[in-house]
Amino acid sequence: MLRQLFSFNGGVKPDPNKGASTREPIARLPLPPQLIIPLHQHIGGTPRPLVKAGDRVLHGQRIGAADGNVSSAVHAPTSGTVVAVEPRLMPHASGLSAMAVVIEPDGLDLRIEREPFDWHAATPGEVRDHLRDAGVVGLGGAVFPSHLKLSAGTAGSTDTLVINGAECEPFITCDDMLMRSEALDILRGAQVMRKMLAARQVLVGVEDNKPDAAAALKAAAAELSDASLDIVVVPTRYPAGGAKQLIRVLTGIEVPHGRRSTDYGVQCFNVATALAVWNALEHGEPLTRRIVTVAGNVERPRNFDVAIGTPIGFVFEHAGLKPDTDTLIMGGPMMGVPLPGVEAPVVKATNCLLASSPALFPPPEPEMPCIRCGECARACPADLQPFELYWHARSRNFGRAQEYHLFDCIECGCCAYVCPSHIPLVDYYRYAKSEIWARERDKDAADSARERFEFRNWRAEREKEEKAARLAARSAAKPAAKTADVADSAPSPADAQAAAPATTDPKKALIEAAMARARAQKEAAAAKNTDALTPDQQAQVDAAEARRKRAADLLAEKQTANAPADPSAGQNDAAR
Amino acid sequence: MYNSPYLRQNTSVRRVMGTVLVAMLPAIAVQVWLFGPALIAQLAIASLTALACEAAMLGLRGRPVAPALTDLSALVTAWLIAVCLPPLLPWWATMLGTAFALIIGKHLYGGLGQNPFNPAMLAYALLIVSFPALMSQWPGLQATDAATQFGWVFGGERMVDGITGATPLDALRTGLLTGGDATSVMQSPAFGHVAGAGWEWVALAWAAGGLLLLALRIITWHIPVAFIGAMALVSAIGWLIAPAQFASPAFHLLAGGTLMGAFFIATDPVSGATTPRGKLIFAAGIALIAWLIRAFGAYPDGIAFAVLLMNICVPLIDLKTQPPVFGHKKGDAP
Repeated sequence: MLRQLFSFNGGVKPDPNKGASTREPIARLPLPPQLIIPLHQHIGGTPRPLVKAGDRVLHGQRIGAADGNVSSAVHAPTSGTVVAVEPRLMPHASGLSAMAVVIEPDGLDLRIEREPFDWHAATPGEVRDHLRDAGVVGLGGAVFPSHLKLSAGTAGSTDTLVINGAECEPFITCDDMLMRSEALDILRGAQVMRKMLAARQVLVGVEDNKPDAAAALKAAAAELSDASLDIVVVPTRYPAGGAKQLIRVLTGIEVPHGRRSTDYGVQCFNVATALAVWNALEHGEPLTRRIVTVAGNVERPRNFDVAIGTPIGFVFEHAGLKPDTDTLIMGGPMMGVPLPGVEAPVVKATNCLLASSPALFPPPEPEMPCIRCGECARACPADLQPFELYWHARSRNFGRAQEYHLFDCIECGCCAYVCPSHIPLVDYYRYAKSEIWARERDKDAADSARERFEFRNWRAEREKEEKAARLAARSAAKPAAKTADVADSAPSPADAQAAAPATTDPKKALIEAAMARARAQKEAAAAKNTDALTPDQQAQVDAAEARRKRAADLLAEKQTANAPADPSAGQNDAAR
Repeated sequence: MYNSPYLRQNTSVRRVMGTVLVAMLPAIAVQVWLFGPALIAQLAIASLTALACEAAMLGLRGRPVAPALTDLSALVTAWLIAVCLPPLLPWWATMLGTAFALIIGKHLYGGLGQNPFNPAMLAYALLIVSFPALMSQWPGLQATDAATQFGWVFGGERMVDGITGATPLDALRTGLLTGGDATSVMQSPAFGHVAGAGWEWVALAWAAGGLLLLALRIITWHIPVAFIGAMALVSAIGWLIAPAQFASPAFHLLAGGTLMGAFFIATDPVSGATTPRGKLIFAAGIALIAWLIRAFGAYPDGIAFAVLLMNICVPLIDLKTQPPVFGHKKGDAP
């Protein structure tokens, strides 16, 4: 079938450099002496560790449970002993550490008993939960939990499922090799996802520099004889494998920044993710391994099937790292990140490990002034004006940078690739973005602090007003009640005398009110304590009350005799 | 340790500027062949002055001298100035113009990439305003030997009147001012086939160099196409309305600095518009103003002033012509 393809503006055509690592088939890498399995390998919440140091774990055992729905589980790739659950160096340019489960394999590779899961009979919700608990996340690099992307949404809203096999970045060949060897299961996974999304068609996009992969997929599609499956060969142009660029090429739809492709009826998954979905559902196999391309300055560039958690240094040893290597990169040469150390582990996002040498990737020449030649704008696949972004980022004019759509930048590196002035443009955008995020965080913090302060002021003000209102009400009620009080009770003249000044002094009135409350509370408490007494106890209490009354009467007589007109005595008495 | 991308195209400012210099060679060769070797002296004077000014200003500004001096940008400015000037201009005038372009036009604004005005056009404007007589002395097509020409450029004695004459634009202007009409003025043999004997070849050589720049992707089609298109359009309108007063489009396209301006001056990326639509507006604006100056102004050729005037408008043009970004184009909303 001949399909109309679309194109995106910009893009570049660097030397693909994919030959060296595709000469040999995928090799299964042996297990390292220690596996370092980070708990947080995806976008979303950090999984809770389910094991502690000293625990025995089995192959496929869950060692980290998804934290809420926007998260994903983590599993042991083999059997062995947990030696630590502690922060370890992460494969990230920051050089920061994060919680990881460290496992010493026992070499037995005992598998945990799989719970049978009949995904054909399960509801879509159950299938999604299963995928979450199988740790299936996007393997194209974004590592977004896949189960979250597999809802049909509002009925019939998804038209097209795009399976991304473009793999546009130079040197990376893991998807290529996977498509060649696992085409059938990739497409089966895609079929399952199509059903879950209730999508009309599945378009598998493969760049035309991977004819073997495309042929394998086409053969597999013919075998499945599914009319909704279409293998589409797209022109090789970096970054055609960017989700938005591939969606554009295959469907003509441009998904703007900040919108989901599903709003436009399209969902996109990487080929390796489709396979992971199939393995999780059909074989109950959680995601514990992935294909990693090892390329660049190594003796034997190749794709390896690597247990997640394998230290990067161990992987490079098997490929024969050359001695003049200066930097290790995770990812490709256009968007990869420099690694902080060989101890960092392979994670679910690790598609490629690239060794750099000064000969292979020479350090950039000195930065020259921008001459506004506009090469970057012509190369930008997001149709931005990179030199304007650079100008504003450099002058720390971040508001203007945002007006020029800084956050539409996908950091593909095309602009820096073509820049004749050798300006590390992407670094400027990363810097501007992080500055803006930091400012927004500061602003959020300041906003909530201000809100708290304003609320506190408002509450203080409200309490003051309420107090004043209570007082006003009380002082309005008091003069009327006074005469009644005196006439009604008047058990002792001292009480009446004490009440008289209180009506004029708000402080006194407050004290009065407080005392009245205290009395009421005391009575209430007393009542509670004396509930449900035996007749004997009641008799004792009655006797005690009588004694106390007698004593009080005696005291009152004495006081009246000694100091007949002392109001404080009456007050004291009342307060007692 | 540095960050991605680790791959970079083999390109540099030096390469870009060097390509521009190469693309200027055909026009330089034709001018030398037509008007004599004095142009080579002018190129040398301008180049040395430019490099000296560049080095001095970089030194004063405390910037590394070597990388900027070898980026060839100063040479591009110098050559563009030299080819605009009458070849027999005295050496000090060329030096003055070049120094003005480099020091005031370029470095006082912050050096390469920062100048709002086209430095070569600043130099030309300064000289034509200050020395209008000197600036109109173009040698005729009759051959004079190199020694004589160099003597005039470097020597004190300037008996050049005998061998210099007006450019076709000058002649047309004078003819019209003295009561002639365009058609009869242009019957004179000095006007050659279309736009002045010899001048047509110069113009075509500029176009050839410009096509090379286009082919090598140093410039885009927007500015030359809009420039030439707009010049053809406005001059055609004028010519159709009043052929006695206005020269033909063919004359305007091949005379003076039209083609050089279209391919080499207006395409200066630093001082010109950068967006695709902005480039069209910018170049069309230059053509329109240049034609107005040619037709109604006090100067025979208006390319320099037109470029400078449009340079002022560039920030506004760029701001108002930002292309829509991915996903924000018309009709994309779901």
